[in-house]
Amino acid sequence: MFADWPILSLTIWLPIIGGLLVLASGNKAANATRWTALIISVLTFIVSLPLYSSFDTSTSNMQFVERAPWITLFNIEYYLGVDGISMPLIILTTFITVFVIIAAWEVIQYKPASYLAAFLIMEGVMVGVFSALDAMLFYVFWEAMLIPMFLIIGVWGGPNRVYATIKFFLYTFFGSVFMLVALIYMYFQSGSFDILGYHDLKLGLSEQILIFIAFLLAFAVKVPMWPVHTWLPDAHVEAPTGGSVILAAIMLKIGGYGFLRFSLPISPDASHQLDWLIISLSLIAVVYIGFVALVQQDMKKLIAYSSIAHMGFVTLGFFIVFTISANPTAETGAMLGVEGGMVQMVSHGFISAALFLCVGVLYDRVHSREISSYGGVVHTMPIFAGFMVFFAMANAGLPGTSGFVGEFMVILASLRADFWYAFLAATTLILGAAYTLWMVKRVVFGEVGNNNVAALQDINHRELLILGSLALAVLLLGLWPGPLVEVMDASIANLLKHIAVSKL
Amino acid sequence: METLYLIIVLAPLLGAIVAGFWGAKIGRTGAHWVASGGVAISTLLSLYVLRGFISGSTEVFNGSIYTWMVSDGLKMEIGFLIDQLTAVMMSVVSFVSLCVHVYTIGYMAHDEENWPNDSLAGRNSYQRFFSYISLFTFSMLMLVMSNNFLQLFFGWEAVGLVSYLLIGFWSVRPSAVFANLKAFLVNRVGDFGFLLGIALIALYCNSLDYVEVFTKIPDLAETQVHLLGDTGWSLVSVIGILLFIGAMGKSAQVPLHVWLPDSMEGPTPISALIHAATMVTAGVFMVARMSPIYEFSETALSVVLVIGATTAFFTGLIGVVQNDIKRVVAYSTLSQLGYMMVALGVSAYAAGIFHLMTHAFFKALLFLAAGSVIIGMHHDQDIRNMGGVRKYMPWTYWTSLIGSLALIGFPGFSGFFSKDAIIEAVHHSSIAGSGYAYVLVLIGVFITALYSFRMFFLVFHGEGPRDHHAKSHLKESPKVVTVPLVLLAIPSVGIGYLTMDSMLFGEWFKNVLFVLPQHDTLAELGKGLHGPNSMIAHGFMGPALYLALAGLVIAWIIYTKMPGVAESIKTRFEPLYRTLDKKYWFDEIYQFLFAGGSRGLGNTLWSKGDRFIIDSVIINGSARTVVRIADWARTIQTGYLFHYAIAMILGLLLLLTWFVIA
Repeated sequence: MFADWPILSLTIWLPIIGGLLVLASGNKAANATRWTALIISVLTFIVSLPLYSSFDTSTSNMQFVERAPWITLFNIEYYLGVDGISMPLIILTTFITVFVIIAAWEVIQYKPASYLAAFLIMEGVMVGVFSALDAMLFYVFWEAMLIPMFLIIGVWGGPNRVYATIKFFLYTFFGSVFMLVALIYMYFQSGSFDILGYHDLKLGLSEQILIFIAFLLAFAVKVPMWPVHTWLPDAHVEAPTGGSVILAAIMLKIGGYGFLRFSLPISPDASHQLDWLIISLSLIAVVYIGFVALVQQDMKKLIAYSSIAHMGFVTLGFFIVFTISANPTAETGAMLGVEGGMVQMVSHGFISAALFLCVGVLYDRVHSREISSYGGVVHTMPIFAGFMVFFAMANAGLPGTSGFVGEFMVILASLRADFWYAFLAATTLILGAAYTLWMVKRVVFGEVGNNNVAALQDINHRELLILGSLALAVLLLGLWPGPLVEVMDASIANLLKHIAVSKL
Repeated sequence: METLYLIIVLAPLLGAIVAGFWGAKIGRTGAHWVASGGVAISTLLSLYVLRGFISGSTEVFNGSIYTWMVSDGLKMEIGFLIDQLTAVMMSVVSFVSLCVHVYTIGYMAHDEENWPNDSLAGRNSYQRFFSYISLFTFSMLMLVMSNNFLQLFFGWEAVGLVSYLLIGFWSVRPSAVFANLKAFLVNRVGDFGFLLGIALIALYCNSLDYVEVFTKIPDLAETQVHLLGDTGWSLVSVIGILLFIGAMGKSAQVPLHVWLPDSMEGPTPISALIHAATMVTAGVFMVARMSPIYEFSETALSVVLVIGATTAFFTGLIGVVQNDIKRVVAYSTLSQLGYMMVALGVSAYAAGIFHLMTHAFFKALLFLAAGSVIIGMHHDQDIRNMGGVRKYMPWTYWTSLIGSLALIGFPGFSGFFSKDAIIEAVHHSSIAGSGYAYVLVLIGVFITALYSFRMFFLVFHGEGPRDHHAKSHLKESPKVVTVPLVLLAIPSVGIGYLTMDSMLFGEWFKNVLFVLPQHDTLAELGKGLHGPNSMIAHGFMGPALYLALAGLVIAWIIYTKMPGVAESIKTRFEPLYRTLDKKYWFDEIYQFLFAGGSRGLGNTLWSKGDRFIIDSVIINGSARTVVRIADWARTIQTGYLFHYAIAMILGLLLLLTWFVIA
């Protein structure tokens, strides 16, 4: 029934135009702007829901397609559509944004309208990234993401925000320039910017390798993969809570999405040739970063490093497909890895958002992110402590929470590629639990650490609503991931069929 | 039947949810009623299922509840497999849990004293405790009722979570929150192996369903895997050992045993329920459940046997020098878990499960009795400060005596049958390591009796407590405490006598536990035995019984008749005493190697790798280089016209030369 509606356009432009309106309304009537922003974000979430409810799981074709000429001179189109890979990420975006708006409520006093507007515009742009099927349109949205995030960190960030924003901007911009070159190159080869057309474009091995590396630079920075990850902890530490949430929950996923939409289908032979590189970097992310996370003194840094380690599972799951297909013992399993990576992305969206919000709750009260500033929080904030322990357990991959599902699938799949991949990946069971629960021990448990902790007030209704909703999402996905996997099945099967055929 | 099984697991979950989320509303009484009520329902229905199996009216049930996920043809489900093994486990778990629920009403009655006055976490701690133990019961039932590896892992980790929450229940105590983190991490080391084992099963069997996997395993018996270089390893052995690493974590086998003694930081009811009777036996249950896998790998069985025997002996020795009443019982638990593993290692799975069952009753009893003494002593746990408690706490005294006799394997008591069966099975086994194991489990019997009755005499006999204040307040615990003791004392005496024939040698486990004929040590043993009386008579012919009695008598002499002897033995054998007192320095070594080592590694990677090489050298370094080049480039742009003119002419000349030469 919604098939004819321009749902994707609505999901993109409703928050962008709404955001501009909020911006125009100025920072004077703060309360009215807050409500307006909230209504817009909730509406956007509702508008995006038919993408799931009316989604046809039986096909791998693009759905909800909108296609119109945009810049005819270069054959650039306004071309949108979703499949099972992008749809869950769009819903994740609209879902998380609602909570970012609520989380800002009385916390952001400095220019609240601009702050909220930045997040609404960000939302529309990110949905654009996930739904664009024209490479130029994609690139415009891709670069447009940088501006609101740059402002969010630069204006509402911490004391060292200038270094962090510049590092963030240069890192990501450096990556994306090469991607632009690759996109233009393929335009000259195919005569259009149609991404799906690129999938079928014949390319030689050396061309593929150059294109693969160009994409890799762009996506590896976003994910981020070791060794181009050092912008993330700095950005998180300086970003306001909402910025961290969007960064961790959505922006990192764009890197993972890029691998599935561009790298693998456009340059399958290069992906096959260079899969060892990605697999090594992923395993380094899991093990090396796991140890680094262990010694962090700043809660946000710790969660940032934990994000990098968790995203290692995503890239690992995506790039073990070639080894699995070559393994005679493993009849199947390649899909398990890719789907595991996808589930991990969605789950990490919930869990990292929740953990950053938890840190935000503490930071709003004590104005410190240092682990050593806390201790015994459970005695003054028992409800909050319950949430914190819950999300920590989810982060440590406890079965029954969403954190388990993706890791489990990727470990199962990576063993089909090589026992030692699985061995290294499974160290997260120990490392993930160690760094997360050690932090929890020092922050939440023990005797009341100091007067600040003694004066803490437990979470209010607004915070309860946010953390409670995310907890439900984490639990639901952990107890019944079937529906999410079902949605992706056809698209990922098609993707794997596509990359199994050499372009040479 | 499916509905019945669902009620059995969901009733405690519901109790946990209500007591946990609405604890403040329904109050203490409401919470303990709703939690105990849920578990009571499970207990009654579990016993009903068990009775059905005994009478033969209940069929084995194997079905799924819902599909968790299907990915790439691998179906992952939540479902139940209810057979004789499950029925026994369900009954034991829910019954012990019910006893502990009732006991908790008395034990935690004054829990507010354990919290700082202004702690909000202490407000509803009583209700929260009930919520946790009900949640534990749910998780443990899900674990034992599972019909697939996924749900097994779910239950496995869920009981770990609740154990974590309960060890650290008194979260204001630094020692408690240290112990729960340690317990969780050590268990995770085990789970690491466990998960890899499950992944190997999923790869080779392409299924996670028990029955499907078990039918495929015999075909894989000859399969080799190449893990390192070209050396081939037997697949089934690798799977068996990896799964057993999980069991070593959960069931606290050497060298992953270090968390269990520390877990005594938790309140005593959960030490009884989780860290003695049920959760720690999950590893034993798992290996028994996987008998169709283990039977095809003598290597894996030998590993189980040797690790089990080592645990049984060496942790028992530590128990002799402990002075904390709970820690003595904890080391005794470690040692008994070792015995169960030994049984599994010699393919006497039925004996392992049988010992699991009898141990669940008498060890829960001993822990709860210890807790009762602790209540009487106002939370002083040092047995050197006790003595003469017999006079003040008769119920606790007599039930403790029953528990201790059952533990040391006194003829006729439940522990006698199970322990004797294990020792005899080892005796009949010819698997690698069985000679080593036989010696250790035999001496272990003596040690068990020694530490059990050392504690028993020190606590209950002799002169009254040294502290007069303590003495004046010493009185028997309330009914909610003593009734569970009696309820547990009954099976501690009788369950072995009643069930040993059918469980060890009869039909009960015939179709559940798979044993290859050449491994069947119990059948070998059963040939000469006809019923419990014949087993008791047989006991008098073997050395085990006399070793147990010797331990008892020596404990009696040393700790009641000649109090100076213990001290002089301690000084005479100082190095041995120190080794045992320090628990073979496991904690110190682990703390240095793993805790210190990983922090050191993390710091090095962070400061040298991330901050120095990547950030300072590469990132900021390239930024500095750009600045330097820009500075240099700026110096060329002097602004003088003749500089530019010369540069142009030179450039032209160069180009022309190049054209001419080319």
